[in-house]
Amino acid sequence: MSRKTIKVDYLARVEGEGALHVHFKGDQVKDVRLKIFEPPRFFEAFLRGRNFVEVPDIVARICGICPVAYQMSAVHALEGLLGVQVKGPLRALRRLLYCGEWIESHVLHIYMLHAPDFLGYESAIAVAKDYPEIVERGLRLKKAGNAIVRTVGGREIHPINIRPGGFYRQPTKAELKALAEDLKWARDAAIETVRWTAGLEFPDFERDYEFVALRHPDEYPMNEGRIVSSAGLDIAVDEYENYFEESHVPHSTALHSTLKGRGSYLVGPLARFNLNYHQLAPIARELATEVGLGTPCNNPFKSIIVRAIEVLHACDEALRLVENYEVPERAAIELEPGAGTGHGCTEAPRGILYHRYQLDEKGLVVEARIVPPTSQNQGMIEDDLRDLVARNMALPDDELQWKCEQSIRNYDPCISCATHFLKLDVERS
Amino acid sequence: MATHSKRPKLAVWKFASCDGCQLSLLDCEDELLAVSEAVEIAYFAEASRAMQKGPYDISLVEGSITTPHDAERIHQIRRSSRVLITIGACATAGGIQALRNFKNVKEFTRTVYAHPEYIDTLKTSTPISHHVKVDFELRGCPINKAQLLEVIEALLHGRKPNTPAHSVCMECKLAGTVCVMVAHGTPCLGPVTHAGCDALCPRYNRGCFGCYGPKESPNTHALAAEWQRLGAQLRTIRHAFRNFNAWAEEFRKESEKHEP
Repeated sequence: MSRKTIKVDYLARVEGEGALHVHFKGDQVKDVRLKIFEPPRFFEAFLRGRNFVEVPDIVARICGICPVAYQMSAVHALEGLLGVQVKGPLRALRRLLYCGEWIESHVLHIYMLHAPDFLGYESAIAVAKDYPEIVERGLRLKKAGNAIVRTVGGREIHPINIRPGGFYRQPTKAELKALAEDLKWARDAAIETVRWTAGLEFPDFERDYEFVALRHPDEYPMNEGRIVSSAGLDIAVDEYENYFEESHVPHSTALHSTLKGRGSYLVGPLARFNLNYHQLAPIARELATEVGLGTPCNNPFKSIIVRAIEVLHACDEALRLVENYEVPERAAIELEPGAGTGHGCTEAPRGILYHRYQLDEKGLVVEARIVPPTSQNQGMIEDDLRDLVARNMALPDDELQWKCEQSIRNYDPCISCATHFLKLDVERS
Repeated sequence: MATHSKRPKLAVWKFASCDGCQLSLLDCEDELLAVSEAVEIAYFAEASRAMQKGPYDISLVEGSITTPHDAERIHQIRRSSRVLITIGACATAGGIQALRNFKNVKEFTRTVYAHPEYIDTLKTSTPISHHVKVDFELRGCPINKAQLLEVIEALLHGRKPNTPAHSVCMECKLAGTVCVMVAHGTPCLGPVTHAGCDALCPRYNRGCFGCYGPKESPNTHALAAEWQRLGAQLRTIRHAFRNFNAWAEEFRKESEKHEP
């Protein structure tokens, strides 16, 4: 085969800027590189010297799509450091807030970013021309998620109501009650979403993954749990850095994460579903069974169904939390500054998000470390592409290119988190 | 892919940022489809694979300039845009990443990256207006999506956007929110911060922390003195002015007065 090049200057429908370079000779894939050239923003550096109370406001700015995840990992790390555990109604409120973010972020990806690939459209707006009722359902469902974040957090993007120890103000019963009607509608819409996504056409593509997610004895993981994997890893959050390492490769401004001695791993909805199926709400399990989605699910393209299952779970749980809401006596536990090191890991919509902070005795940040889910999935995205390209050599360039893009979008990569810009550049020689 | 639509062509561009301000457009769940009828979304990479070539009637620009490549790219975008609007604190003031401007960026790169030699970055993060002519700046970290719709609608009708330039303090008064600084002694940036958020933080029992940047001619000096009277330390005052709009001139100058 003669040498060929396919180029896409900007991979669309992902959050951020990156590029892809695939180079192969004959039927051998020689090299796959997901190049991320999102400009670096140096959060870890400018957190130094800041008061711990400011951390949730600052780290929210890493990502406009999942700011709650950054705020949650941060407050858990800081509370751990200061020897405080947030329980009861305050903990429930945080879980409600996180449900809101899962719904808005997953629905954005399902309807606006991923589904157009399956349906053969350039965008959700193009889909809406032919299927307005589907896109309208997606938009309204996303809105229900955003309404939760706005009510508990103050606004959808970069919520202002989150601080170490709890909140600045606890919502009233009436404020949360106002969400219930829409959430009932949203739960039904989520059921429809599961059925609809399960009816899409999926490539026959399965791979052997090591899945990594949190696991909690009592609930589907969001804010707390141990870090477990499908290959038997089972560690406390503060052991994270003993088992995972980051390396800096020349083609990316995001750091690559690997499991020491084992290599790439997969985080996100597929990993959570496979490792925590038994903790899903009964209705979510029921729908998974109905649409024939069993564990383990090893087809990354089916992550779109898994996201829908998680939206259903989050709507169901949010509704329960809203209905059982007891106004916390105080908006937050007062925290005294102190020196030490704390670790936090929570389930961002895209997978585990690890934070570590070191504070001095005045409560000022000495050192911060943040490992976002997309940098953890980067290696696996490349592995998938290598395999996918090898299996689909016969496809014409434009179809192969689109398939590669779709495969990257299986991970809902947030490159602004991992740092943004995806450029697809396939070379055949 | 040429089309012959008569609707104005809209493009959305990204520079160093968190994506939140362009997400605000997708967060207009009730209006998005109507917007896509009123304008032709010609370039919006986060939402569509279809990327039409310019010229564009309206360009929305998110993010700040932090790399040599981006410093070039913004000029190309300006050349292909009839109207260029910057959205959000990164694009209008350099964003939180402008905190590098106060420090040695080499030290920053070493803190985050094992191989700083792989990283191509400028010493500063600067607003779009430092590089090209900007027709309208929409403030906020993040922007207010209702204001974004107002700006687009105003452009379509050839009128001036109605986005109040008064302070957050004024928004509190208009909403009848009790003053957190007077009533509770909570330090608040409301008197010097540009309106746009509907005075959100005071409604959540906290002081404004300046997401929308300085209002026109803010008396930051008097406010800093009031903060001191309330017991705020030098560092607290410095950091209050050094967040998402740290490189906006009035906030930068005030923060520099509180260096140790």
